[in-house]
Amino acid sequence: MSLTRQDVEKIAHLARLSITEQEMPVYVTSLSSIVNFVAELSRAETGGVEPMAHPLDGQRQRLRPDVVSETDHHEKYQKNAPSVQSGLYVVPRVIE
Amino acid sequence: MLHTLSIGELAAHLGGRQISSVEITRHFLARIECLNSALNAIITLTAADALAAAAAADRRLAAGERGPLLGIPLIHKDIFCTDGVRTSCGSRMLDNFIAPYDATVVARLKAAGAVMLGKANMDEFAMGSSNETSYYGPVRNPWDTAKVPGGSSGGSAAAMAARLAPYTTGTDTGGSIRQPAALTGVTGVKPTYGRVSRYGMVAFASSLDQAGVFARTAADAATVLKVMAGFDPLDSTSVDAPVPDYAALLSAPLKGLKIGLLREFFDGLESRNATLIHDALKIYTSLGASTVEVSLPHLPLSVPTYYVVAPAECSSNLSRFDGVRFGYRCDQPKDLADLYKRSRGEGFGPEVKRRIMTGTYVLSAGYFDAYYLKAQKVRRLITDDFRSAFQQVDLLIGPTTPTPAFDIGAKIDDPVTMYLNDIYTIGANLAGLPGLSLPCGFVDGLPMGLQLIGPHFSEGKLLNAAHQFQLVTDWHKHVPRGYE
Repeated sequence: MSLTRQDVEKIAHLARLSITEQEMPVYVTSLSSIVNFVAELSRAETGGVEPMAHPLDGQRQRLRPDVVSETDHHEKYQKNAPSVQSGLYVVPRVIE
Repeated sequence: MLHTLSIGELAAHLGGRQISSVEITRHFLARIECLNSALNAIITLTAADALAAAAAADRRLAAGERGPLLGIPLIHKDIFCTDGVRTSCGSRMLDNFIAPYDATVVARLKAAGAVMLGKANMDEFAMGSSNETSYYGPVRNPWDTAKVPGGSSGGSAAAMAARLAPYTTGTDTGGSIRQPAALTGVTGVKPTYGRVSRYGMVAFASSLDQAGVFARTAADAATVLKVMAGFDPLDSTSVDAPVPDYAALLSAPLKGLKIGLLREFFDGLESRNATLIHDALKIYTSLGASTVEVSLPHLPLSVPTYYVVAPAECSSNLSRFDGVRFGYRCDQPKDLADLYKRSRGEGFGPEVKRRIMTGTYVLSAGYFDAYYLKAQKVRRLITDDFRSAFQQVDLLIGPTTPTPAFDIGAKIDDPVTMYLNDIYTIGANLAGLPGLSLPCGFVDGLPMGLQLIGPHFSEGKLLNAAHQFQLVTDWHKHVPRGYE
């Protein structure tokens, strides 16, 4: 089961990844080989088996009381931002 | 020589005031300066901070405080957020990222007085088995610098083997502590999922990732793990269960221990590796353990299961890297779509992009049931197989890797060949079980590891079994030539 170039372009778009012309054939080949490899799973007998999302059987999402426990560090956290103005993250124009 | 001492011995010398933390730290910083360039094990060296932390530890010691890790240096895998210090995850995407907070693992070790020397090189975003995918270049195995140290915690393993620090931290999602420990001849521990907090540990696959330790011995690892482990309210997958005194459990005799040999691990194992494992088993039977063959029939599906589940989770986790709030941003993005695609396309390396795309594919409409849901069902079958096995035996033993360290460049072009390096380690991650690798001999002059896997929260038993082995063997004492 090989992936086509169009398949890889669609996946790359969904994943918001730019792939160059030179890289494309390499990804088509390696992704096809990976997809072939994992296709082996289809041979497993899994009728009636519950999917397992994580190993913590019976652990529930903990809740905590709705009280303020954090302080505002946004200036510190925004130090890593590529572009900030008035405490807001600046990006190319989104709304026309 | 300070780098030949155990953590316990260093703590005793510090406690007896025979030596200071600053002297110990200077010793390891000098070793790094001299020896690291041949290995490329370290991405960021924090010499000034280390000396300041050592001086602070010395003040605590002078005031009468004592602790098993107080004043003792370490190197953190560059996946743990370290406040004020670059945390790159081995990636261009985070090359400019200065973490604004400490991971819980980092905070706990810091509170215990640990002195961080720097951040260790790693496969990019923890994706790899050879430390060849790092933006900062491959790490070299100190046993033979033409060979890989394993991955993804290759820098931490190589640094430990070269004795650049008394211990190092790592993470293990599909084998990334145990496999490099085996390939570099050190002891590496992956705890039970939920045992150690993942807060501040850059996420790769959230249901598989676990932080752990590299050390010279199981005894040293026990000391470190006790400090690292334990409930953390900041991690919703952290298990609220008490942490045993692992050091106190080390000396329990192994008489009556039931060891399972996994038939699936030994099928097709190359004869020299099989010999080393069988020799190790003889040691265990001489210590009073009994062995029995067990079978985990779904285990051969563990690699394909992992390579659906882990990429799926990584595609979700790595969607936060978008060039907007932190990390790499491409030059002159023309619009938002271009910002996302080129920041990510340029910021991530090929293996990361491969895994994100694999994950995106298996989660996409039309494929979700056939791949992701299917893999989750097989994951339960594998986990159930382990559970049945542990009804008959106390722990499982087998090889950690199929071969010793391979040449840098030998496997990097074929992802599936590279993925098969994790064939023995992945099952424990899928089931959330603790695993440990300890040195058990050499093949062609390169170290090989023995892997122990136990039921959930049996770290104490694994460390005990490893320690008893290390009392009567000396594989763990071998140091690569030039690093003695």
